Amino acid sequence: MARLLGLWLPLAVVALWALAALLGPWLPLSPDTIHLPRILQPPGAGSLLGYDDLGRSLAARVVSGAQTSFLVALWVVAISASLGTALGATSAYLGGAWDQVIVRIIDIFLAFPGILLAIALAGILGPGIDNVVLALSVVGWVGFARLARAQVLSLKQREHVQAARVLGAGPLRILYRHLLPLILAPLIVEASFGVAGVVIAEAGLSFLGLGVQPPAASWGSMIRDGARYLLVAPHMVMVPGVALALVVLAVNLLGDRLRDRLDVRRWRA
Amino acid sequence: MTTPLLQVDALRTVFTANGREVRAVDGVSFEIASGETFALLGESGCGKSMTALSLMRLVPEPAGCIRDGAVRLQGEDLLALPEAAMRDVRGRRMAMIFQEPMTSLNPVFTVGEQIGEVLGRHLGLRGEAMRSRVLALLDAVGIPDPARRFGEYPHQLSGGMKQRVMIAMALAGEPELLIADEPTTALDVTIQAQVLELMTQLQREMGMSILLITHDLGVVSETADRVAVMYAGQVVEEAGRAAFFTQPRHPYAQKLFESLPNMHKRGQRLAVIPGSVPALDTEFRGCRFADRCDRAWQLCHEQAPPWVPGEEGERPGGVRCHLYTPDQTLEAASPRATAEPVTAAEESPVATPAGDELLRVEGLKVHFPIRSGLLRRQNQAVRAVDGVDFRIPAARTLALVGESGCGKTTAGKGILQLIRPTAGRVLFDGVDLASLPPRALRRRRGELQIIFQDPFSSMNPRMRIADIVEEGMLTQGIGASAAERAERVDRLLNQVGLSPAMKQRYPHEFSGGQRQRICIARALAVEPRLIVCDEPTSALDVSVQAQILNLLKDLQDDLGLAYLFITHDISVVEYLAHEVAVMYLGRIVEQGSVDEVLNNPLHPYTQALLAAVPSIERNEHGVERPVLKVVGEMPSPVNPPSGCHFHPRCPRAMAICREDYPPLSLPEGSHSVRCFLYAEASGTE
Repeated sequence: MARLLGLWLPLAVVALWALAALLGPWLPLSPDTIHLPRILQPPGAGSLLGYDDLGRSLAARVVSGAQTSFLVALWVVAISASLGTALGATSAYLGGAWDQVIVRIIDIFLAFPGILLAIALAGILGPGIDNVVLALSVVGWVGFARLARAQVLSLKQREHVQAARVLGAGPLRILYRHLLPLILAPLIVEASFGVAGVVIAEAGLSFLGLGVQPPAASWGSMIRDGARYLLVAPHMVMVPGVALALVVLAVNLLGDRLRDRLDVRRWRA
Repeated sequence: MTTPLLQVDALRTVFTANGREVRAVDGVSFEIASGETFALLGESGCGKSMTALSLMRLVPEPAGCIRDGAVRLQGEDLLALPEAAMRDVRGRRMAMIFQEPMTSLNPVFTVGEQIGEVLGRHLGLRGEAMRSRVLALLDAVGIPDPARRFGEYPHQLSGGMKQRVMIAMALAGEPELLIADEPTTALDVTIQAQVLELMTQLQREMGMSILLITHDLGVVSETADRVAVMYAGQVVEEAGRAAFFTQPRHPYAQKLFESLPNMHKRGQRLAVIPGSVPALDTEFRGCRFADRCDRAWQLCHEQAPPWVPGEEGERPGGVRCHLYTPDQTLEAASPRATAEPVTAAEESPVATPAGDELLRVEGLKVHFPIRSGLLRRQNQAVRAVDGVDFRIPAARTLALVGESGCGKTTAGKGILQLIRPTAGRVLFDGVDLASLPPRALRRRRGELQIIFQDPFSSMNPRMRIADIVEEGMLTQGIGASAAERAERVDRLLNQVGLSPAMKQRYPHEFSGGQRQRICIARALAVEPRLIVCDEPTSALDVSVQAQILNLLKDLQDDLGLAYLFITHDISVVEYLAHEVAVMYLGRIVEQGSVDEVLNNPLHPYTQALLAAVPSIERNEHGVERPVLKVVGEMPSPVNPPSGCHFHPRCPRAMAICREDYPPLSLPEGSHSVRCFLYAEASGTE
């Protein structure tokens, strides 16, 4: 039972999300087609998840929104994880002035509330999916950098690193061969939690109108559109809201699972 | 004969790990008389600690459980007691001290509270009565200024002090039996000597028995009345101390003695016990030691040997070996005589002559700044290495000896430029490594290598053995092609006694001794001329230590390697080193050839260090050594004492020792010492 709730259901949700995002463009869906007679029609027979205030199919729009959130999440996590790991790991290993600079920059970024900074950035850069990715990556790398730095600091005094130095290995080789493989596990866990955070943040930016532009669909902008009709057509908020909540919950549960699996203390024994 | 204090009868404790049953204690029986010290001797993983936990009924449940057997304390079966009654036994009638004093005390309570807790629980002492008893106990275990220590927390105490507090806690309930599980293994020799002496003295005063669990034959010879040797979950031999040390009977016990390094075995190979201790989840059919025993015959592999009691004496002891069973009288006729001569006296060719000077260290200093305050200004420094000079010729071994915290490891790292020295020169083959730029230094790295103490953390767990050994060839550009390098990896693994078939495995699949061999192969891959060996055997069992020492010796003879051997173990020094330098608080206090320094130690610290080493020879054959005891512990290298660093602990300190650091005196030959006792005798620098 615990395995079902903790592993298989979340896995199914995430798989569905990924499938919807990847196969979306090839599915016979028309998220922008307006069906005037069906405006605000609630879910029911023949209408699946219901229709929005312009008479567009919510089912099609949720799938299209999945595509937006999935792409944004993937890009943001990929960019911020690689950037953050590179900066954090080099900063810890090389030390000195470079470390001082990176640590100060991390401190400054941590002093801002992340989402506010992203909003400000998205506002300056202007709306658009690429700008959302940029804004969220600028905020996101800090966590990875801090984690990578802490891990490398604790590992770099290990004797196998010292032995590699004595063999004449240079900093790049040591970072790549002797440190990166050992800090990968915590970073993967951090990345899995990062996905959930980015999904929420993207929805937030889109809710504020800073994300994808109409008529393209995003769960955040769908919730915003629905908020005006909350009393007459609650399904307009419910459908993207539930999709969002399910994906975030599933990703977080899987992240927990992954953390237990990759726990250093476990595989060392 | 009166009833013994403790009777352990066919005790069996099992564990379930990964679905397999591990028989950690497999039918162990022994008796402890009141007032005696009973030593349980064995290598790691033989089940000795688990025996102790079983006696206290502290086996971690539910993974482990005491399967059957009996533990009788003055006739009362402890295994039958309900848990509540057992709690009255623990700490009151049987107390225990553990190996690691750092983790055995609760860091958030004061020393007084922790000892007081035992008094309150078992003796019902409260308030002033409790306080005065705690102070008396602290005084009894030799803690100076007990009133101040009463209110201190564990982190304010040194390791030796913590172990004294642990002993005070164990004694608080006035137990009949004290179980000491490797009580001095984590301590330095001079502190170990103090703690062992304290235990013996307290035992005399209080008349309690001690069950001493240890792997150290020296400690056994220093303290024990009776000895039981454990191997793979069983007691294989039990005897009185004198009998055991003059004539060990079980082949395993005999081998343990033969594999101990010492001065008389210098130039010879140490006897080794091949292989390693079997895993305790093995189904044994015959004798558990048969696979590693050079006197085993077919019967040993087929039938488990019975317990053969000794013949004479009130407590005859016994041995678990087919050599001594009655129907094997032929073999048993003269067990000692049939045994191989003590060491396979295979004299190695006259020690390789010293070559040209390879390494010269001049005025090496490594200071670690301590920054504090708002501006993080440096206001103090840890003077880990504070002006060290020595030289090592090719094909020679210099042992750098000292207790933990004396800076010997830092000196090694400073030479390798793993830590850039604060001052001084490290001339290797005439080139000053300390002033080489990083790129040029990396190209010379191959010539100096290091072997670390902990073979578990010194390899990247995510790399295969072949890649680990090959890495240095890649960085140093040795071997033109992948095939050439692979062939070289095979040759190196053979050279260190491993099968090349193992090279696709990961480090965690190897035992400690095998890993140390891999580390040696990794170092050899880059054709070094000097290897810094940083306590390479202190994490290993005696029998495995002998294998590694033999290997290092062979390599020196074959390849002409020079070693800087960093260790605290005097017996290894006696066996392996050509020259010795004794370090105290960042400086070398005495230096010379191994015979000069160990046979005729001049500096009071060296004398004390040698006297503190538990020596089988001294205890069993009455060989005298200058008995010089030091008090206290090594001061902090942040604030070394004025004048001679050793004067606060030195029994022969004079007024001048407090004021000036002694100059270098050269009383004879290459022997040099920094002590005012010898300052006038010879020309000073």
